[in-house]
Amino acid sequence: MRHLVIAIGLSLWAGLAAAFEIEEERLFEAQSDGPVVSILSTTDTVVFEPVIAAFQARNPEVSVHYTVSSTRQVYQAIAEDAARFDLVVSSAMDLQMKLANDGLARAHGSQEVEALPDWAVWREHLFAFSQEPVVLLLRRDAFGNRPLPQDRSGLIEIMRDRPALFEGRIGTYDPARSGAGYLFATQDARQSDSFWRLAEVMGSLSPRLYASTGAMIRDLESGDIVAAYNVLGSYVAGGLSIGDAGAVVELRDFTHVLLRTALVPASADQPELGGRFLDFLLSEAGQTALDRDARLPRIDGRALTTNPHQRPIRLDTGLLVFIDPLMRDRFLQEWAAAVTRP
Amino acid sequence: MKVPLRFKSIRQRLVVLLLLAAALLSLLLFISVRAIASASVQASQDSILGAATIAIAEELRGGEEGVAIEIPYAAFSMLGSSGEDRIFYRILVGEDTVTGYGDLPMPVAELTGLEPVFYSRDYQGDPIRLAAVGRSVLVEGTPRRVQVIVGQTRTGQEMIISRMSNRAAALGMGFFFLSAVLALLTAQAVVGPVNSLAEAVGRRGPQDLRAVTRPVPEELAPLVSALNGLMARLTAALSRTETFIAEAAHHIRTPLATLRTHAEIAQRISEEQEVLARLREILRAADDSSRSAGQLLDHATVAYRTDQRAEEDLDLRAVMADVMRAAEPTAELKDLHFELSVPDGPVPIHADRLLLESAVRNLVDNAIKYSDGDDAIELRLTVDGGTATLAILDRGRGLGTMQGRDLTRRFARGSNVSDVVGSGLGLTIVREVARALSGSFRIENREGKGACAILSLPLA
Ligand SMILES: Nc1ncnc2c1ncn2[C@@H]1O[C@H](COP(=O)(O)OP(=O)(O)O)[C@@H](O)[C@H]1O
Ligand SMILES: [Mg+2]
Repeated sequence: MRHLVIAIGLSLWAGLAAAFEIEEERLFEAQSDGPVVSILSTTDTVVFEPVIAAFQARNPEVSVHYTVSSTRQVYQAIAEDAARFDLVVSSAMDLQMKLANDGLARAHGSQEVEALPDWAVWREHLFAFSQEPVVLLLRRDAFGNRPLPQDRSGLIEIMRDRPALFEGRIGTYDPARSGAGYLFATQDARQSDSFWRLAEVMGSLSPRLYASTGAMIRDLESGDIVAAYNVLGSYVAGGLSIGDAGAVVELRDFTHVLLRTALVPASADQPELGGRFLDFLLSEAGQTALDRDARLPRIDGRALTTNPHQRPIRLDTGLLVFIDPLMRDRFLQEWAAAVTRP
Repeated sequence: MKVPLRFKSIRQRLVVLLLLAAALLSLLLFISVRAIASASVQASQDSILGAATIAIAEELRGGEEGVAIEIPYAAFSMLGSSGEDRIFYRILVGEDTVTGYGDLPMPVAELTGLEPVFYSRDYQGDPIRLAAVGRSVLVEGTPRRVQVIVGQTRTGQEMIISRMSNRAAALGMGFFFLSAVLALLTAQAVVGPVNSLAEAVGRRGPQDLRAVTRPVPEELAPLVSALNGLMARLTAALSRTETFIAEAAHHIRTPLATLRTHAEIAQRISEEQEVLARLREILRAADDSSRSAGQLLDHATVAYRTDQRAEEDLDLRAVMADVMRAAEPTAELKDLHFELSVPDGPVPIHADRLLLESAVRNLVDNAIKYSDGDDAIELRLTVDGGTATLAILDRGRGLGTMQGRDLTRRFARGSNVSDVVGSGLGLTIVREVARALSGSFRIENREGKGACAILSLPLA
């Protein structure tokens, strides 16, 4: 094995990690002695490992300390504790935007940044490095020979027609517990009124609410649920384990595309190292590693034009709206009112 | 106006002043375009900011549980459209900040009505532009005051302004270069009449002292009239001098004539060889002196008559024949004879007879004077195109090593003629006549032996 992967003793990083909950932590040690770039991320280590390997292939002297936490925790680590990570990678566009807008990110300019399309970068502070459609997962076998729904009204229709099939067998994120779920739900709500109809119909069928994508996929694969709404497509990029029995549907009325973003925090100890890793993520080599090995689709404007139903969630200050605590409370209240049966 | 700089030329001064003015105007143009651009960018930015603030304020609802807040997604999305600016907001109910950035600066002005109030402050290290809107909502039946403040950094705005500034700068530069070209042309146009006057005066011959009558711009009129006055005085002074010379020559010639008469009488009555020889010398000296005086007179006459323009239509053949006939007695004394060749037809020329005769006479005199005797002196008149060429050729001693052009200078004499009395004015007279009649003159050594003098004149 080229890299010596070591689970680190907590003592070394205890001071750093004290204030927030860490899910995973690993040091990818360099071949030679050199600096350590510390990355705080919401992306699982297994997913990101090939990208780190590709980075170290080009930067053999740099060790990578990779810490995984939830989106909320990542946000808090930077916003409240000013944790000293050199790069912050997160799928929560809204929280990342909040960090950047509040001046907690550092400007970073480079050739790679220059090459990014306008929609994938915000003020040289926040950078998108992958674009992931948000999909509907279905169990094909549950539908018999009926055609699979291709848009939200189709989904509403089939749920209304066959409540027995769906009762207690629809899964979606709990927006109150999942940052991604909250982002998708708010974007859905702002995108179309059909979202609230969908929420009500789902609510009438006692949906299962998940905090993690993995659990939701597992339940679908085991047959506990027949539909999983708003799942981050990159989780099933390798296909479902149930093969043809499962279907990944990009809804035709609109399919949100999440941009996974990175920023160099203002509190970084070694911002140039963070910038170096960021530039690698945006470079051709990094994009290839992300796309091919990590199955996080590369930034590609053409993919959006050939799939007109795909709508990237706009990387702009509009994302701040639902971050507002009052707005969040209100939205969750409305959502709960629609989905949770009294 | 006092100009602190001193320039050698009016043109330079004009160009510099015009360029300064152009630079100033360009700068003003640049500044005002930029100011207008900044103001309009600010205004359009303000209107977006104001619209966003109003949109949020209008979504505030009263009710039984307090103020309900609904921030329209578009309000923030719209503000971020340039993709360059951070945004901040603060919503207050009464004195309490209920959401947003609690330390966002408040407006100084009292908020009245739904019109947004705009102000600029520094926040989190960046200059920001803010809009604030106040209104009242009913909470539990009592009106509560709510205020919405939205702020935005000015990066995007500054980028647009700097882009516009660059354009304004380019515009200013362009304006300046155009003005520079116009300034040069203007200076040229202003100085033009001065130059053309100077050229017209400069082009005149050395004898031409006529008043300047060409039309000139008003501003040059004093200069021209001063010039004309000067020339009038100069003409008067010149003619006085010439009159004086003429009179002086006359006063010399008269006593010489008397001396000559007495010497001739003495020759006739004396038998003594010694005395006769002396008398011959006296006669010769008297003749030379008289000729020199005559040339002085001629020279003065030429200078004077050039201005008089007493021109008439003449036949050059006749003039030559007359001069030749008058010189024949002198030529015979040295056993010289003339060979005259002229065209068959008349050779018309429009000139002052006295000047022309004086020129030809001087050339014929020289030919006689510098010939040794027993030779022919050729007078050839030919016509070619519009020019009559008069050549006088002799077989005398020639010019030696001297250049013909040097010999035409006033009082210039050859180095090989010390044995012959002369004034050095003859060729000067010829040259001046040639010039007065718009012709040309040259003298050179002849093939073999002798000199060849050629006077070319334009035909009438
Ligand atoms: N036909 C000529 N042959 C030789 N020399 C001449 C002839 N005509 C003029 N020259 C030379 O040119 C000089 C200038 O001539 P001119 O002005 O007539 O003065 P001057 O005859 O009184 O000396 C003369 O001194 C003489 O050296
Ligand atoms: Mg002479």
